[in-house]
Amino acid sequence: MKDTEGYVTADGRQIGGTLMEMKNITLRFGGVVAIKDISFDVHEGEIRAIIGPNGAGKSSMLNVISGFYTPSEGEVWYQGAKRPQMKPYEVARMGVARTFQNIALFEGMTVLDNVMTGRLTHMNASVLSQAIWWGRAREEEIENREKVERVIDFLEIQHIRKTPVGRLPYGLKKRVELARALAAEPSLLLLDEPMAGMNVEEKEDMSRFILDVNDEFGTTICLIEHDMGVVMDLSDRVVVMDYGKKIGDGTPDEVRNDQAVIDAYLGVAHD
Amino acid sequence: MTASQSSSELCSVPALLARNASQYGARPAYREKEFGIWQSWTWAETSVEIEALALGLLNLGVAPGDHIAIIGRNRPYLYWSMVAAQSVGAVPVPLYQDAVAEEMAYVLDHCGARFVIAADQEQVDKVIEIQDRLETFEHMVYLDPRGLRKYDHSKLHQFSHVQDQGRAARDELMSELDKRRSGLDYDSTCVMLYTSGTTGKPKGVVLSNRNIIETAKNSSEFDSLVAGDEVLAYLPMAWVGDFIFSIGQAYWAGFCVNCPESADTMMTDLREIAPSYYFAPPRVFETQLTSIMIRMEDAGPFKKRLFKRFMDHARKVGPKLLDGESVGAMDRIMYRLGEWTTYGPLKNALGFSKVRVGYTAGEAIGPEIFDFYRSMGINLKQLYGQTEASVFITQQPDGEVRSDTVGVPSPGVELKIAENGEVYYRSPGVFVEYFKNADSTAGTKDAEGWVATGDAGFIEKDTGHLRIIDRAKDVGQMASGALFAPKYVENKLKFYPNILEAVVFGNGRDECTAFLNIDLTAVGNWAERNNIAYASYQELAGHPEVLAQIEGHIAEVNASVAGDEMLSGCQVHRFVVLHKELDADDGELTRTRKVRRRIIEEKFADIITALYDGSPQVSTETEVTYEDGRKGSIKATLEVRSAKTVPVTVSKVAAE
Repeated sequence: MKDTEGYVTADGRQIGGTLMEMKNITLRFGGVVAIKDISFDVHEGEIRAIIGPNGAGKSSMLNVISGFYTPSEGEVWYQGAKRPQMKPYEVARMGVARTFQNIALFEGMTVLDNVMTGRLTHMNASVLSQAIWWGRAREEEIENREKVERVIDFLEIQHIRKTPVGRLPYGLKKRVELARALAAEPSLLLLDEPMAGMNVEEKEDMSRFILDVNDEFGTTICLIEHDMGVVMDLSDRVVVMDYGKKIGDGTPDEVRNDQAVIDAYLGVAHD
Repeated sequence: MTASQSSSELCSVPALLARNASQYGARPAYREKEFGIWQSWTWAETSVEIEALALGLLNLGVAPGDHIAIIGRNRPYLYWSMVAAQSVGAVPVPLYQDAVAEEMAYVLDHCGARFVIAADQEQVDKVIEIQDRLETFEHMVYLDPRGLRKYDHSKLHQFSHVQDQGRAARDELMSELDKRRSGLDYDSTCVMLYTSGTTGKPKGVVLSNRNIIETAKNSSEFDSLVAGDEVLAYLPMAWVGDFIFSIGQAYWAGFCVNCPESADTMMTDLREIAPSYYFAPPRVFETQLTSIMIRMEDAGPFKKRLFKRFMDHARKVGPKLLDGESVGAMDRIMYRLGEWTTYGPLKNALGFSKVRVGYTAGEAIGPEIFDFYRSMGINLKQLYGQTEASVFITQQPDGEVRSDTVGVPSPGVELKIAENGEVYYRSPGVFVEYFKNADSTAGTKDAEGWVATGDAGFIEKDTGHLRIIDRAKDVGQMASGALFAPKYVENKLKFYPNILEAVVFGNGRDECTAFLNIDLTAVGNWAERNNIAYASYQELAGHPEVLAQIEGHIAEVNASVAGDEMLSGCQVHRFVVLHKELDADDGELTRTRKVRRRIIEEKFADIITALYDGSPQVSTETEVTYEDGRKGSIKATLEVRSAKTVPVTVSKVAAE
């Protein structure tokens, strides 16, 4: 790859080399072109945002990254190698974890159990061992529980550890979902509208957690968000999409002053 | 002689630590729930941790007599910090963790703290915000590194690193540490605590080792506290009570201090630990009782009947059983049955299964609330104390517990009542001085060591128990000459679950009026039950049906107040339910949630005027401070209501 050099952010953080590169991605659903020839990269340790108006193709892009969609054209390069066509769980095994726009937790299970599911990719004990709760399964559970408890402590959700997720308010559910993703110890964390539907206080909390995750674990974060204030404050670099095309890419300041971006958000006549 | 022996050898907290490490080495000294598990440290381990930290502090350059501020929630590490500070001859100054930066600035500046030990980023940020104004401030140690990685670390040190450096420099610094520790005697300062201050700026109360250790010894003997006891440390570390329970008595008796996982998990942790020695302000008991009652209302009819049947029985015989009075055989069997079906499970759910001694203090507790807990067999008692007395002034001995007195003088305490009714005391726990405030010291403590409590009260002739009426300076006279004691009426009002806070006015006036805060939990639950929609505290507080309920409560209180000859003039004629909750962040309450009358009077002067000029409603705008220190304002139109009063003839006769 050409550009494996890192860079230093405005607030003095050293960002590493390229972690993932999307090369000329196109995604079609029948005749509809959801993503059209988009290329961008994500560096190790940075917070990368994908923004754009409704229907711009942001979530489709995230689904391509997470392996849920296979791009019609183009290549995904991950950790310096071209990624073959993969199932989402295979992508997860490679260290990509995500949260969902409309929360996808197990409502009847406790917070603890939900977060434990995030460790599934790290459990290898046999079915038999798990059934009789002996040997490998037991050791793994203890090991994983400790990791999970650290995440719970980090996201300050100790008080709801044993509460079924269905009884929690929306803002907390979002946090539990983040906890589950973090429990997987991802090298790339995908957040699909982490602030959607939140009030100002919840947004502030969530922003802090995202920054802390990046700071504390050095996790690379790729997020989609509508709230421009949040995006501009949080992210190091921003990709702007509109009608499936990339119309801007750069630091928040560069993007903010880009005429194409302003047009896309304020609206101009399309031909 | 044991007394002289103890004063020569065990004359400081670090000395007690050394004794505990050798005597109770393998017993748990601290537990904290972290990562879902109770982590524990024995006395021997604690001693090693504290020593490493003390060496680390020496390494940072702590000099004898330095003040080290400690800010954070109850955590073993912060308790160790206090003892480590003492070990190196410095003075620990615990601060209220919820104080805003401004309040912190005053205290840090006043004590001239060179070092700060802070729990997390939130506290570190507050200190950084004000550090330019602090001339003496040099280094800060933090506990939780989260979010602090990018900070400039020239003045900032991680707790564990300070300990590591201490361990590394052990050979060089050990002799100095030994010298400092052996230099501590009964007169050296043990801790400095800032009073919450209902009036004016907080004052730094200097307490010596003598104060703390003598008090801890006397009070531990009074309730026969032993090494096997368990306490839950959840009250602010800056409060003298926590210092006495979690350090003084814990180190004297050698019992284990348990720290909750977070403020939100306190109730769960309480239940898991099931302390044998427990302290809580009345508010905590009230909240618990309210939540039990709310949950019982949601229970099935069978459970409801069972609960009612056995609670009624408990009220009848429970307190008698606790006081060792004779109770009929049938009643005993019924009570046993109740214990099995109701009280036992309830106590277990509350975390009170093993409580041997429980105390409440700080405010008056409602008789119904007090009796509720006692009837279930929980040995809940009252004590009366002050920071200046190292807590204990009076306390109730087992078997002599009543809700309207605060007990007999604690061991070693002498009491006297002045002409004007103010209570004075003298004890080994009496503070040394107010830091850098000789005037106030002289004004509070006279040459013979008597200290004015600032409370008016009297000693009951036949029992020797002390009864407190009100703050001496709040007690006044009404225009008619009748006695005005606002707290007396406020407490009666606050005993209703619907009323969270009450402030009564009337000094020098013809009649009394009141501000009230509703209890959002209790009233909110009632609203939900009755299909009353509300969007905010303000809206619910102004709801006509809520006002009608409150009016009813006031009428009942008035009837009860009218029955008291001395205080019958204090009936509440008109009242307002305030549009916001009184809050410590707005300066309306102290950090220990006591009402600051003068500030409230100034701030809500327009509403008070409306209470007395007969207007049916009042429009007002109030400034509020958010948790992060930003300001905003609330506008509201409040309804002024009149309450039914009982015509009083008695007081007029008395006045004539």
